[in-house]
Amino acid sequence: MNTQTAAARIARTSRRQRMTRRLPWWIGAAFLVGAAALWVFPFVWMVSASLKDNMEMFTGGLNLVPSNFVWSNYARAWNDAHFGRYLINTVVVTVVTVVIVTVRCATCGYVLARYRFKGSRIFMGILVATLFVPTGYTIIPVVRVSMELGLIDSLAGMILALSGAAYVSAILIYYGYFKKIPRELEEAAVVDGAGFARTFFSVMLPLAMPVTATVAVLTFITTWNSFFLPLVFSFSRPDIRTVSVGMQAFVGETATDWTGMTAAGVISILPVVVLFIFLQRYFVEGISGAVKS
Amino acid sequence: MTIRSGPFTRRESKRATRASTVDEHVPSGRGWKRTTWIWIFLLPTMVLYGVYTIYPIIASYWYSLVEWNGFDADQRFVGLQNYQQVLRDPFFLNSFKITLLFMLLVVPARVLLSLLLAIVLNSPKLPLVGVLRSAFFIPVVTTTAIIGVVMRFVLDPATGPINSVVQAFGMEGIDFLGNQNTVLPTAAVLYVWKFFGVTMIYWLAALQTIPHEIYEAARIDGANVRQIFFHITLPLLKPFLIIITVLTIEETFHNFDLMYTLTGGGPYFHTEIIEIYIYRWAFAASIPQLGHASAAAVLFGLLVAIVGAIQLWGVYAARRMRRSNP
Repeated sequence: MNTQTAAARIARTSRRQRMTRRLPWWIGAAFLVGAAALWVFPFVWMVSASLKDNMEMFTGGLNLVPSNFVWSNYARAWNDAHFGRYLINTVVVTVVTVVIVTVRCATCGYVLARYRFKGSRIFMGILVATLFVPTGYTIIPVVRVSMELGLIDSLAGMILALSGAAYVSAILIYYGYFKKIPRELEEAAVVDGAGFARTFFSVMLPLAMPVTATVAVLTFITTWNSFFLPLVFSFSRPDIRTVSVGMQAFVGETATDWTGMTAAGVISILPVVVLFIFLQRYFVEGISGAVKS
Repeated sequence: MTIRSGPFTRRESKRATRASTVDEHVPSGRGWKRTTWIWIFLLPTMVLYGVYTIYPIIASYWYSLVEWNGFDADQRFVGLQNYQQVLRDPFFLNSFKITLLFMLLVVPARVLLSLLLAIVLNSPKLPLVGVLRSAFFIPVVTTTAIIGVVMRFVLDPATGPINSVVQAFGMEGIDFLGNQNTVLPTAAVLYVWKFFGVTMIYWLAALQTIPHEIYEAARIDGANVRQIFFHITLPLLKPFLIIITVLTIEETFHNFDLMYTLTGGGPYFHTEIIEIYIYRWAFAASIPQLGHASAAAVLFGLLVAIVGAIQLWGVYAARRMRRSNP
């Protein structure tokens, strides 16, 4: 009995000690949670504004909870401002671009990493030299080339131009990964009678799955959010706008429909945020790759 | 048998490790079949990258030497006249100045503030670390062009939420984006907010290269938090500081999306970065001046290339630094 209470007292004090020792951390965390709440405030405000009516929007001030939920803002953005169509365009452009970029970077990185051939050094050199080419620099010839190929004002042209942007870092990630894969695996595949393409597609590419995920996720986000190229490719074709260009056009057409515009913003941003929440790991890996290499 | 297998397997495994990394004598295109496959694999990149990146880089130089409105086939060679005009244009010099000024405003904030946050978020004892990291990172993944538009509402002088707070304190609403003095700092703050997460992830990756044993050893030796920070963390991060700073500088050159949707370069050209200047001459003008715009683009490309060259030198220096204090 006596010993039991003593043990309990020791347990209690040690727990209290642990609590007090952890207390500064919890205070720090609470402070950071406040900072993070301020950080994401614009998004919270955007969602809140997209559910208010325009009257409340202009008088409501800081009240984040709408007095009544006006879902018709979303209907207006979806139909009248054509965001349904823009969303489909964006999905098509993004998915096709991700497939093209991933395949071309994987095959390119693979060949450069595993084979020495005439011109491989020059190829690599040119790639590295163009690591940071800004869109503002290349945009005029890109548009000219697309005009001459008859690809301007079309989704196909937009997709090709987006897939042709540098993406050197994606090639380099694949390059680094394929360089490390043991030679025996390849030889085993060859012994089993697999040719060049079979070896790549059924042995090497599946092995590079984590890299593929990283490259695909980063390309997805870059393409979904791209603005400059889709803008110049849809000047005379409003029906092929992506969401980012559509938003700019929405403001130009009806500058006062804030609630409709914030609803359009939520429609456009929600897919990438959901993707981020589920595939966070690959984002972080892709971005930190730049520092490690 | 077990006795014999010992050295044998060791030698065997040694040979295996030697063979496992790709050695210097990679088969150099044995047979035409392999060579053909190699070029088939390179083809998609060669075509797309060639047409949409390499060709434009070269073509820009040609375009910058002609007078051309983009509609006619007629291109008149004018030599360096476009460059003379661009360099004499006060609006180009203005955009050049604003691009550099913007860089000076955002790079220190992004690099240093995110370092502080990364150090805090790197500590294993902090609760809710995962949630906090995600919250600070989330602006990065959202569409910049849409954020630019929404922020115009958030910053609205009359009814935006920020000015509602300002007015609640009895002050007059601030026209953040309409005032020539506040617009660039405001855009800088928004830019830092939007891309802060990228630099934070850079720093977290850098911090994770420091092994935990070093910290433990220092703590056992009686070092306090400040000593650990100034004598262990900071010196080990120094090489990364160079790499991260230059990566961040390069990223600030890609700022068309935010500036164009937030301010459109205004009010009265006070936020017209070079990319908007190029856009204005090439696409927004009623008679496009592709030669003039290309000359500006080439000069912009040179600026980026110079910074890129400094970067390569910096990375080289950083590598040497890392090698000398392992």
